[in-house]
Amino acid sequence: MNGDPRPVPDTFKLADWPHNCWYAAAYDVECRRALLPRRIAGHNVVLYRRGDGRPVALENACWHRLMPLSEGQLEDDDVACGYHGLVFNAEGRCVFMPSQQTINPSARVRSYPVLERHRFVWVWPGDPALADPELVPDLHWNDDPAWAGDGGLIHLDCGYKLIVDNLMDLTHETFVHGASIGQRSIAEVPFEVTHGPSSATVTRWMVDVDPPPFWKMQLEWKRGEPAGRVDRWQIIHFQAPSTVAIDVGVAPTGTGAPEGDRSEGVNGYVLNTMTPETPRSCHYFWAFARNYSLTDQRITTLIRDGVAGVFAEDETVLAAQQEAIDDHPEKEFYNLNIDGGAMWARRLIDKLMAEEDHDERYRRSAQEAERHAGAITQVEATEADAQRLGVG
Amino acid sequence: MSPGGHFAPARVRAVHDVASDVRMIELEPSSGARAYPTGSHIDIAVEVEGLPDVRSYSLVGERPLDGAYRIAVKDVADSRGGSRFVRALEAESDVEVSDPKSHFELHYGRPEYLLIAGGIGITPLVGMSHALARHGRPFRLLWAARSRAQMPFLDELSELLGDRLELYVSEEGNRLELGQQIDQLHPDGELYLCGPLRMRDAAQRAWRERERAREQLRFETFASGGRFPPEEFVVRVRDRDDQEIVVPRNRTMLDALGDHGVELMWDCRRGECGLCQVAVLEAEGELDHRDVFLSEEQQAQGASLLTCVSRAVRGAVTIDSGFRPAWTR
Repeated sequence: MNGDPRPVPDTFKLADWPHNCWYAAAYDVECRRALLPRRIAGHNVVLYRRGDGRPVALENACWHRLMPLSEGQLEDDDVACGYHGLVFNAEGRCVFMPSQQTINPSARVRSYPVLERHRFVWVWPGDPALADPELVPDLHWNDDPAWAGDGGLIHLDCGYKLIVDNLMDLTHETFVHGASIGQRSIAEVPFEVTHGPSSATVTRWMVDVDPPPFWKMQLEWKRGEPAGRVDRWQIIHFQAPSTVAIDVGVAPTGTGAPEGDRSEGVNGYVLNTMTPETPRSCHYFWAFARNYSLTDQRITTLIRDGVAGVFAEDETVLAAQQEAIDDHPEKEFYNLNIDGGAMWARRLIDKLMAEEDHDERYRRSAQEAERHAGAITQVEATEADAQRLGVG
Repeated sequence: MSPGGHFAPARVRAVHDVASDVRMIELEPSSGARAYPTGSHIDIAVEVEGLPDVRSYSLVGERPLDGAYRIAVKDVADSRGGSRFVRALEAESDVEVSDPKSHFELHYGRPEYLLIAGGIGITPLVGMSHALARHGRPFRLLWAARSRAQMPFLDELSELLGDRLELYVSEEGNRLELGQQIDQLHPDGELYLCGPLRMRDAAQRAWRERERAREQLRFETFASGGRFPPEEFVVRVRDRDDQEIVVPRNRTMLDALGDHGVELMWDCRRGECGLCQVAVLEAEGELDHRDVFLSEEQQAQGASLLTCVSRAVRGAVTIDSGFRPAWTR
């Protein structure tokens, strides 16, 4: 037999993450001339900015007695430990020791490659030699002058992969977010899954539907008239290991959006990037950027607060799911056809894991990814789906 | 004294000579070799004249080779006995080794690097050269040694580095001018140096004279070598007037004092931490300070020394061990 016939990677419940990648560590506004402790991909890091604004990420434990440096003081561009006064520079090297004229040449704390892009401060927890700035996930909509928006950070009590699953399958909007963005048609129309070497895309078009409240409101803000039937799109782009940019929007039916002319509609990007904290918690950075009324701060604030409310609904679901997973260590996940996008995302995470970890399961999963690279999967809703949902 | 820290069993996989007086030893830990940052070393539990001790060796190369750590050990004429033990290992021998420790890590992101090796000090710089070359960072490797026959990895490094490798072979009349080389280095560049004490002293002096940032001169200290060859000397201890403790050529003052019940505090055993420092009450002859804890001025003053590495030459030294028979107010 050639390999495992089960399409489900047996890495599904492993609470793991790759280290050789950039993770969002803070929103730009959080990183200041002050010491900010945060656990990034399992590493306890202290973040701050130098006088010239460049961010710094150091291991948050003094070389001497492991006191968290975040409890100390910022002295110009250096950090002084709050216990015995050892001082470390922005590269983690000790530049002062008490009661001696020299400095122990071994004295240092780890300094992590760090950079700022798309309004996030990114940290590379893996091999610093591999930290290529080109590998920062593309979330340019967050600071592109053609787009306007804002976002926030949620601390979630679940493994980061559960959020990847959540975002890669928006069927859940129908059931979790019924009051804002959910609608039956999401669960009912077909979608398409495509994937490349390190990305996967789920595309769903809902043609000639009633806009849900969140979108009706935005279309009316833009057009200044009551909204009728719309064509709605959700195009979910996953970048391994944990970034999801979702191209979303609606346009009045018949104005040509499915054919490529979105000019009569409203378009937004839901930007998401998750940073594992521990095996069962993560930092969820998000933003919503729109391409109309760019200077209207009222809209920016209303949407930001609205989306935050939507995500609060996910928070409850995801924390409950994590708890149930912990309660049932012996149980596996089963997969539905709606999980195609999520499963590709996880296989692409496994591909990164296989480069860092020799566990046989990653290698097998990564091989599967190679074999199917470039394939397109069409998923049709069945008659039974339609009946159960009371439509069609 | 038993080796501190965590040691685990390893097997010698292969042994071969890589230069006239340098032997490469491949060590396969039974729990598998770990990845390590370049510049890392491992500690090996050795036996010197029947007593357990520890020696540190830089790891050669950027990563383990097929599950084995590689070290290169020079045959040192005035060795304290550690290298003799390690060089005597044969394939299939069993030894105890530590996990890799990183005290000499390459910091990425500098505009330029200068790597300087003196003799066998090339070992940690082999991996660094590979890493810097692979990432296309500007650097040069300057390597000073007595003769080409004593230089391991020469073909590998010449091929990898081309004219980024500069050899200063004293037998061929080439001398390394540290000051000139430092002058050519980018102001924000870093110098990584591994070599004998004399070379490190000279580099530190040249670095300081040029007012470069102290922490951008990186060096490795393995307590190997001093300004004088080691010789036997005598230690007298305050309040033990009648006793003369002899420190043999191949034993540290710290250990010799311990053998005679003079308890001192210690930790790093390579002249860095300063815990084994004692006050010098009287010195006949000269002190050979081999530590990096005391400043040059403090060493010149000679009021104290670090017993883990430093020695007396041509004479005797009287120290205060800090022991007081009763608490005095």
